[in-house]
Amino acid sequence: MSANASARLPPLLLLHPEDNIVVARRDIAAGERVELDGESFLIPAAVELGHKLARRALAVDARVLKYGAPIGSMTTAVARGEHVHLHNLRSDYIPSTTRDGTGGH
Amino acid sequence: MGDMAMRGFPRKDGRKGIRNVVAVAYLVECAHHVSRLIVQRSGADDVHLIGFPGCYPNKYSLDIMQRLCTHPNVGAVLLVSLGCEGFNREQLRRYIAASGRPVDLLVIQQSGGTTRTLNAGLDIVRRMRAELAKQVPVPMALNELVIGTVCGGSDGTSGITANPAVGRCFDWLIENDAACIFEETGELIGCERIMASRAITPELGREIEACVDKAANYYRIMGYGSFAPGNAEGGLTTLEEKSMGAYSKSGSSPISGLIKPGDIPPRGGLYLLDVVPDGEPRFGFPNISDNAEIVELIACGSHLILFTTGRGSVVGSAISPVIKICANPDTFERMADDMDVNAGRILQGAELDEVGREIFDLVQRVAAGETSKSEALGHQEFILTYKQFEPIGPACLPAA
Repeated sequence: MSANASARLPPLLLLHPEDNIVVARRDIAAGERVELDGESFLIPAAVELGHKLARRALAVDARVLKYGAPIGSMTTAVARGEHVHLHNLRSDYIPSTTRDGTGGH
Repeated sequence: MGDMAMRGFPRKDGRKGIRNVVAVAYLVECAHHVSRLIVQRSGADDVHLIGFPGCYPNKYSLDIMQRLCTHPNVGAVLLVSLGCEGFNREQLRRYIAASGRPVDLLVIQQSGGTTRTLNAGLDIVRRMRAELAKQVPVPMALNELVIGTVCGGSDGTSGITANPAVGRCFDWLIENDAACIFEETGELIGCERIMASRAITPELGREIEACVDKAANYYRIMGYGSFAPGNAEGGLTTLEEKSMGAYSKSGSSPISGLIKPGDIPPRGGLYLLDVVPDGEPRFGFPNISDNAEIVELIACGSHLILFTTGRGSVVGSAISPVIKICANPDTFERMADDMDVNAGRILQGAELDEVGREIFDLVQRVAAGETSKSEALGHQEFILTYKQFEPIGPACLPAA
């Protein structure tokens, strides 16, 4: 795969048709224009490879679906294209922890 | 596959080893240094250090040491005891001898200390290696292989690239009647219902759900799920998200059984290894690091381990080769010397099947004697701690 061919691949990956998040296929810069569900979308803040963005606006307590399966519930509402991570998504099983002890819910 | 044919060293129990290792095993931490000196000064790549650090007796650690010392990849064993520890060294020695392997035991307090034990150990290892060098490997088929898989340093790419690629490889291995083992029920929390629906009997399905419930309860009491800060830095947010990614290593074959550390799959098929101790938490976290999981997969007879990583792990293992499958293309670029397979190229347009096929071919080449990256770099990590298990129930291994 040449770098050019790989650059033409859509930067956002939808893993399952029912998912309400998409995954960054590569690092994406703020202000980059990408395709989201067939529409052109302006990335609001830089996102790293492997991280998740909201496919549509999500309300508090919305269940987040990835691979078509629930991976937790939203703790705050987010707009379409916002980064979905520890600051707004919690486990429905056991809280996640970070090195400084924060990040759990 | 290429021109290398799989071959194995035949053992008395009918299994075959893809390596012919001399294991030097310390039976308490107090014998660790002397054992390490024996391994280091032997100067040989095929002399591996294993052992158990505790002084108190423990059925699990004796069972696991028995399994490891009679693993098909092990040709001979030197046991090193301090002398006063609780480990039942005579039972372990008898168990190894009954397997037909050369075995010797040095007791440091009786041998006269560090230097005398070291010199005696080097003589023994030299003799054992000379004896093993005479053994002739015989052809080996895929249906004689046991393959374990584990993930370490997972990130947001793991469940999209390396893990499903291993799943494809597992499906092909199982089509060829190999036994494949996936594990860490604590990292499958959230997948219990999907997994149960893949069990070959409803009773096995209920056992699988119960064992994931046990894991969730155990980790809740510990206060942490199996979720490291690096997982979050790599884009994973919750335990169940990590679980869904980890789960894809299992592929799509039916689940033939639920086993516990030290249980050897009775035939080909896909097996789930329950690594979470039974009863009230007593000795701490189930597996304190990735290598503890690898050791348990090896105790179940795994000839080699498929290790997927997104953040980038470098570990290997004593006894069985570890093949490293890198999920993240950036990590692969940074740590290519440690990685056997670049599964991250799936994000750049490569097909899942193409990477799965590369892993499938590499399994056969490493089984034929090719060294994996971690093996060539001398990674022989090993850790064994206290645990307790009840035997598996009758529904866990349904008749085929």
